[in-house]
Amino acid sequence: MIKVAVLDYGIGNVRSITNALTSIGAEPILTSDNELILSADALILPGVGAFAKGMQNLKDRNLVGLIHQFVDSGKPFLGICLGMQMLLEESEEFGFNKGLGLIKGKVVKLPLKLGNEEKLPHVSWNEISPPSHGRWNNTLLESTAISSDVYFIHSYVALPNDQSEVLSHTFYGDGYFCSAVQKDNITGFQFHPEKSGALGLNMLSEFIESTRKINYESN
Amino acid sequence: MHKLRLIARLDVKNEFVIKGIHLEGLRKIGNPNVLAKKYYDEGIDEIVFMDAVASLYGRNNLFNIIEQACKEVFVPIAIGGGIRSLHDIELALKSGADKIVLNTQAVKTPQIISDASRVYGSQCIVASIEAKSKGINKWEAYVDNGREETGLDVIEWVKKLEDLGVGEIMVTSIDQEGTKKGFDLDLIDQVSNMVSVPVIASGGAGKINHIVELKKKTTASAVALASLIHYNIHSIPEIKESVIAQDIHMRL
Repeated sequence: MIKVAVLDYGIGNVRSITNALTSIGAEPILTSDNELILSADALILPGVGAFAKGMQNLKDRNLVGLIHQFVDSGKPFLGICLGMQMLLEESEEFGFNKGLGLIKGKVVKLPLKLGNEEKLPHVSWNEISPPSHGRWNNTLLESTAISSDVYFIHSYVALPNDQSEVLSHTFYGDGYFCSAVQKDNITGFQFHPEKSGALGLNMLSEFIESTRKINYESN
Repeated sequence: MHKLRLIARLDVKNEFVIKGIHLEGLRKIGNPNVLAKKYYDEGIDEIVFMDAVASLYGRNNLFNIIEQACKEVFVPIAIGGGIRSLHDIELALKSGADKIVLNTQAVKTPQIISDASRVYGSQCIVASIEAKSKGINKWEAYVDNGREETGLDVIEWVKKLEDLGVGEIMVTSIDQEGTKKGFDLDLIDQVSNMVSVPVIASGGAGKINHIVELKKKTTASAVALASLIHYNIHSIPEIKESVIAQDIHMRL
């Protein structure tokens, strides 16, 4: 069974992620233990709430270096919601805070002009599609239909410097924001796959499947 | 784009989903976990479990139900009724809830909203308001399932709740609740114009057209349904298809 470490750093509801992983036949391990994490086949960084608190909790548990070490191993790594935002270099939420710096760029308050019925936080099902340059082949969205609805709950968004790292974008207000990033073995979803019904579970299955590809290649 | 969310509201008493009129006169509908799974399979966007008697007895019995629900329901789950402290919120989140709905305690000690938003993030804190009409364009906030008045003016109270850092506001019209006669459109309109956070309209939906009417006349972000789905008046796909046919965006 594929072992997926889900980083336990004292933030948010992680039970829904472990339940989702169990339901698709993976073995979730909720942990902050170095050895367990490094020996897992894949790692998920979950998270809701404030950026500064998320980073502080990672630092307090000595997990920042460990995340970099895991990413360097080449195994699949997925950040969800705040877990995606923390992949970037910095955030302007409640002042200036440094992130993990795995993706170049920053996190800002949703910079789009909202219509009368569009509220902030953006709490909604909304559509994801590949940006004009992009395709979803060989990514976690490979089997996801373009314009599929997924569940969002956030006020801040990632602004990657390198547009080729934008995996999907989503229309809200008067423009698009980055709703997923991907660079090598790192993927980040601004939405919650574990709360997006069967479609979201399918993305997590693709994540599990990507560990097999790595195993196959390394053998 | 914005998509109107359909939320199944399950009011629970003694392990049964119940349904009343004006939040009173309760009738048993079924098992909460069976219903939650059924609505999930049919395509509901979110589920809210409300403990209908917890605030009277000072305890919340829903944690077991939530633990089970989040093993088989992969859309957002909210829990409310009898949540009194940060400790209760912690327990609810640990049992698998994504959002916490607060009413009585927010009225007693409004600071719980700001404390909870700071610790757990405003995205998981939903304020619930039970509103009773007090004349034209005037509503008073009630607690304990519409039994106790608070003296708070609803429109002033929602503004305060937003300032305290709440992430969403669910507004239930006590006058319309369970009547299947439609939402209190003036109430929802005024509340959603007053705040910039998402507003969930609750109380009164008895036919599909009530949802269409609500969306055309207010800026509500979501609707909570009970009678319409509990009494099998319409299935969730039927509701969604009919609403989408009226040019309203929704997840199918």
